[in-house]
Amino acid sequence: MKYQSQAVAKLYFIAAIGLFVGQILFGVILGLQYVIGDFLFPTIPFNVARMVHTNLLIVWLLFGFMGASYYLVPEESQREIHSVKLAKWLFWIFLGAGALIILSYLLIPYARLAELTGNSFLPTMGREFLEQPTIGKIGIAVVCTGFLYNIAVTVLSGRKTVINMVLLTGLLGLVVLWLFSFVNPENLVLDKYYWWWVVHLWVEGVWELILGSLLAFVLIKTTGVDREVIEKWLYLIIAMALITGIIGTGHHYFWIGTPHYWLWFGSVFSALEPIPFFMMTLFAFNMVNKRRRDHPNKAATLWALGTGVMAFLGAGVWGFLHTLAPVNYYTHGTQITAAHGHMAFYGAYVMVVLCIISYAMPKMRGRVANSNKAQVVEMWSFWMMTVSMVFITLFLTAAGILQVYLQRMSDAPLPFMVVQEKMEFFYWMREVAGVVFLIGLIVYLVSFFVKGEELPAVATEMKAPAVD
Amino acid sequence: MKEAFTKSMARNIYYGGSLFFVLLFLGLTMDTHRKLPKTDNSGAITEQVSHGKRLWEENNCIGCHTLLGEGAYFAPELGNVYSRYGNSTEAIKAFIKSRPPGGIPGRRSMPQFNFTEEELDAIAEFLKYTDGIDTQDWPPNIQG
Repeated sequence: MKYQSQAVAKLYFIAAIGLFVGQILFGVILGLQYVIGDFLFPTIPFNVARMVHTNLLIVWLLFGFMGASYYLVPEESQREIHSVKLAKWLFWIFLGAGALIILSYLLIPYARLAELTGNSFLPTMGREFLEQPTIGKIGIAVVCTGFLYNIAVTVLSGRKTVINMVLLTGLLGLVVLWLFSFVNPENLVLDKYYWWWVVHLWVEGVWELILGSLLAFVLIKTTGVDREVIEKWLYLIIAMALITGIIGTGHHYFWIGTPHYWLWFGSVFSALEPIPFFMMTLFAFNMVNKRRRDHPNKAATLWALGTGVMAFLGAGVWGFLHTLAPVNYYTHGTQITAAHGHMAFYGAYVMVVLCIISYAMPKMRGRVANSNKAQVVEMWSFWMMTVSMVFITLFLTAAGILQVYLQRMSDAPLPFMVVQEKMEFFYWMREVAGVVFLIGLIVYLVSFFVKGEELPAVATEMKAPAVD
Repeated sequence: MKEAFTKSMARNIYYGGSLFFVLLFLGLTMDTHRKLPKTDNSGAITEQVSHGKRLWEENNCIGCHTLLGEGAYFAPELGNVYSRYGNSTEAIKAFIKSRPPGGIPGRRSMPQFNFTEEELDAIAEFLKYTDGIDTQDWPPNIQG
């Protein structure tokens, strides 16, 4: 760790991991509710558990991005963070507000929560992923703006690199697009139209800038490859992400009452969306192959490679699978969507946050990398979580195919609930895979407490590899 | 990557490409706004429908159901429930009213929301309005 202020990232990372655990526990509950319909009903109905599951995901990824920024920006900008005090204040405000939102979901009936928080003054609640009370949304906007200010001042008054400028652009986009969470017209079509400006333009737009810059940072550090090369890749990846992803929003405008031409725009551009993710895979593998040093933190390198592969599979391949309008006509709003959502979020955003945590945490704990023993445990958790996520995705895909056939394609389409019962087998298998994921996560937590022999304090430089 | 392809070329593709597609997206958005009245059934939005939408939101219906295919996948699609229930708002109201407060043993069940008659009417009218949106013939059949 070169700068004292980087240490503030540790708070954010610990909170991120803590909330991640909560997210997965509720995921396991949800999986069980799919097969035992009255499980925890009416104490924790499905919709409440689902809000907790998805909102925790969003909040902990935001904690992860913030921690990552506070760690990365000083090294890139070659100066301390503008205000560590602000970073700490915002951390506690965000954690407090986040906990309050989650607890209010669990303890207060949702309609009562809407009433208590005055939803009628500025109605924003009750839309998927944007369930937070309006006051909570304002809180998120304030925290993110304060965070953006802190990062922006640091970046703009220090050394500007492609990595920190791209990161800053991504964070700016994150804050600006969040403002669309306050847009909720009476017209359902327009409501949905702008709802996607938060949801799609975050995860298939500006978040990819954040993802790209985090990945590039870890790859520079662990491989020692020339910055020029890495930055060129980064530019190309994010260029492709925005070129395909912005108009790619159209793949959500097929069946919600928007004009017919979106079927073409959405299909063509979103069919290209796998390209930036495939480039990320090539990028990660190429850089590791061309590495000029053997960094003792093997686990971080594994997460970096894993991010490339799993983001491509989850976001790229599973996205492409159902993105063309003629296919989506049958798959829209089925378990195929759920399958894609799970692997895409895990592969792209969960893994990149765990990647930077893996790289930065040992440094903040005063060593260049964890002991081999601890890294082996961490790598076990990598494989357990990643492989079980592949299985969750495969089982949900199987469930989805069955659902599409029985409910939408067969000669005598069956009602939704009848079909759900026929899918039960795959839901059970998904639940088993989910439990393995949870065990993998526990192994991950354990890896932070494994001791073992100290490693040399510096990375071993390799002989320069043959130039190609 | 070949040396002939420089970082500044990559940067220009990023800036130029992003700017172009942001502008195209804004243009398409404006055009969508212009064309929407033909498909979005907005003529049917009454005060009652708006009230229904608010109730839909404040009871987090999207947390289990899909509406025009978006939402959770735990409970049936409701974008076409009005047609599925034989174009009857009464049938929709009757279903919502009939949910047992304690659930159904071993099965998924919608909670009992204890809506007033006026609220039930608003929700049913909202779902009727939604059913009238031109969705390019989605869903493929009445089962949603």
